Formats: sequence, structure tokens, C-alpha cells
Amino acid sequence: MTRNVTVVDYGSGNLLSVSRGLEHSGGIVEITDDPQRVAKAERLVLPGVGAFGKAMQALKDRDLVDAVQQFVETERPFLGICVGMQVMLDYSEEFGRHDGFGLIPGTVSAIPDTGTDGLPHPVPHIGWNNLEPSARGWDGTPFDVIEPGTAVYFVHSFAARPDAEENALATCDYNGRQITAAVIRDNMIGCQFHPEKSGPAGLAILRNFLSMPWLARQRGLVS
Amino acid sequence: MTNVRLIARLDVKAPHLIKGVHMEGLRKLGDPRTFAQRYYREGIDEIIYIDAVASLYQRNTIVELIRHTAEDVFIPITAGGGVRSVEDVRTLLRAGADKVAINTAAIHHPELIAELAENFGSQCVVLSIQAKWQGDNWECYCDQGREHTGLDVIEWARRGNELGAGEILLTSVDREGTREGFDVPLTRAVSDASKIPIIASGGMGKLDDLLAVVRDGHAHAVAMAHVLHYGKLTLKNIREFAHQSELPVRTL
Repeated sequence: MTRNVTVVDYGSGNLLSVSRGLEHSGGIVEITDDPQRVAKAERLVLPGVGAFGKAMQALKDRDLVDAVQQFVETERPFLGICVGMQVMLDYSEEFGRHDGFGLIPGTVSAIPDTGTDGLPHPVPHIGWNNLEPSARGWDGTPFDVIEPGTAVYFVHSFAARPDAEENALATCDYNGRQITAAVIRDNMIGCQFHPEKSGPAGLAILRNFLSMPWLARQRGLVS
Repeated sequence: MTNVRLIARLDVKAPHLIKGVHMEGLRKLGDPRTFAQRYYREGIDEIIYIDAVASLYQRNTIVELIRHTAEDVFIPITAGGGVRSVEDVRTLLRAGADKVAINTAAIHHPELIAELAENFGSQCVVLSIQAKWQGDNWECYCDQGREHTGLDVIEWARRGNELGAGEILLTSVDREGTREGFDVPLTRAVSDASKIPIIASGGMGKLDDLLAVVRDGHAHAVAMAHVLHYGKLTLKNIREFAHQSELPVRTL
């Protein structure tokens, strides 16, 4: 099975790191801003750092919004990272309301600047935090290779809130605040954390994203 | 409480890893990338590279080092030293850095912090502060602890928060390279005046220093140099100690 993967180049700062992480995980990486290449990719990775509105605008400026939509309709594996994950939702409230792709019903809003104990905590939420499975569990997903509680690297001020519990894949706890760490729907997953910066655990998730026929497994077509 | 980040700080005078005392009397220790690779394998949480001579000679020599390091070190890498412009930052990020630390240029042009945050996001902008005790306050220094700035550290830290910095790398020039422990009062004063995470740097000599700067100094992360570079402590020692002391750190 080939492990071709296309990384969308729309000026995101972590493009290179994501590409290197995928290469290190066995991927044959194509980096492109060509809408046709994006639409026809075998697997697609949408990286991202910075603000939600700017990311969507950058995609629009390069005619990549329709291309990503077309790709998604093919039901091939999709991975969004950080802001690349947030844009999978309906909209964000970062610097005013900005629409996303609406691939996963829900919104993106600011992380509260206090814990549930009322004490202030830093925002952005930066650092290694422990991944916990959501109610649906990790079986049949690219996360099934890691142990619950594994720490991965986060850096973000806004967080996704999927409407449906079944679309939450992993959470982490930030002083009592439950933060969505990963989302899933059919063939698409999104990671709020940076697998390309999360050491061996992050690379394991990338490797699994590349290698497993996980959509089929999720649907019970392959064991 | 969230996991305290354990960071290796590598001061570089290309092509060498160097270490001094009070940021002076620099000694060459070897190839910085080899050190970074080893710390990655042993489970460091982040790497900070500081080009120790860049701001003196107005050049940036660590771009290639970042590029090579990012080939097989898959944790966050911060680059600093001689970063003066949006273009400098773009070059470093393209090479594989995740964040940049700015000091001298931010002091001369505070609006650069806002400009960088606007272009790359606050998460990318680390305000580097070199602090030296003056008898009744801490003053910001630049050019590797050589130049006075007249700026009060606490006021500058507050300003950095307002301008959109995402983190503060707080180096005690007084403690740097001494292994006498972090400057806890300094760290606490800056942390309490700040909404963003503080990386305490300068002075780590023994395991208890880590505990003091987190519990009493309210640091969110600690940068270590001498103890790691000279093999005085290993990451295994440090993590075991942290677990025993109930200091939250990432479990490997």
C-alpha cells in the first residue's frame, strides 16, 4: 500500500515540520498549493498555526476552499492539525465570527482564562498535556496505537466544541476545563495538538494515519 | 496544575554549543545538534537555541542548525538571538523553528512584538528578558547581558503581555551559569505580573532548584543548560525527582 500524502501549502508556519513528521512516519509527501492536486490527493493533511480567520482567508486567496471540500467528498483520509483542525468546524469566534468548512458540526471558542477553581491560568494553553479518550473510544482510529494519558504538545488559545459527542475523539484537562484535543467524523480527523511536535507518540499517530485503512476499520469492514 | 515543561537551552556560537558564566567567558562544548538529538531521545520537552553572537555582529547563523535539527527532533524548537524583523522570523520558521525569542530588537522597537504576533500568532513570539538585580529593582539587559536598557523588568514584562507575546523566557544574568539556583523572587514577580507562561532560565544546579522555581517562583517551564550539557543531571534523574516531589511533568 502506498503512503502518499498531500500537505496543503497555504503559508502555514508549521508546514515544514508537519511534512517532516509525515516523512519520518513513512509518508511520501507532496507539498502543494495547486487546487487540483489537493482535490485529487490520496490523503490530505491541512496544517495550521495562527488565527482562524487568517487561515480561512489564506485558503480562499489560493482557491483552496473548494478543493478541500472536493477532497473531503471522496471520503479519503483527512487530517487537520491545530488551526487546520479548527477550520473543520462550523465557525470560530476568534477576532470576530469566521466561517469554517463545517465538516464537523460545532464551534470554536476561547479557552476560559481561569480554571474551574476560579484561579487564573495562562492562555495560550502551552505545553504537554495528557490525552484522554472520549466516550466513543479510540478503537479503529489512528489513536488506537497510543496509551490513554499519553502527553502531547499543545499551543492554542481557542478550542473546538463539537456539537455531537460522537465527533469528539480525545480531550485533555486544563485546570478542570475539558478541552477538545481531537475530533473525528468518518474519514476525517483533527488534532488540536501538534503530532509533528509531540515526539514518538505524535509520530505514532501520524504513522497510523498513513498506514491503516482506518475508515474501513471504523465501519467494521476490516478487523 | 499543568505539566511543567523541561527545556534544554543551547547557547550557540556557530558552529559550537557554548556555555559561560553570567553570559560571559564562553566555552565550546561541541556540536549543538548532537546535544539536541540526545536530549530529544532522553525525553526533553523543548529545545531553545540562542545565537549568542548574532546581535553583536548583526547576523543570524543558526538557520542551518535549525534546519538540520528539525530533521529528526520532533518537539518544539525555539530560536533566538539577533532576531530583528518579520523577515528574520519567517526565515527561522521556514527552517523548522516553532517559536522565536526576541530581546534586543523588541527593546528598541516594542511594536515588533505586536507585528510578529499579528503575522505569526502570539504562540510564536517568546519575549526574552535578561534581568539583572540593581539593588531595588531588576533591570532589562540586552546583547547577552552586556548592555543596560534602563527598562524595569516587571514593567517590560507587563508591556510584553499587552503587545501580544505568547511566553516570556526570563533569564537571570546574575544566576546564569552559576549553578546557584534560579532567581526565585525575580521569577515570581514576573510570573505574578503576567498572564502568559514564564520560562525560568539561569542558575539550575540541583534538583531542588527546580522545585523552588516552580512552587515558589511560579514558573511554568524551566530552561536548563549547564546541568545538562556537563552531564551533572540526566532527564531521567529530573523526571524521577519531579514524580517523587509531586511536581507534574510529562510521563514518558
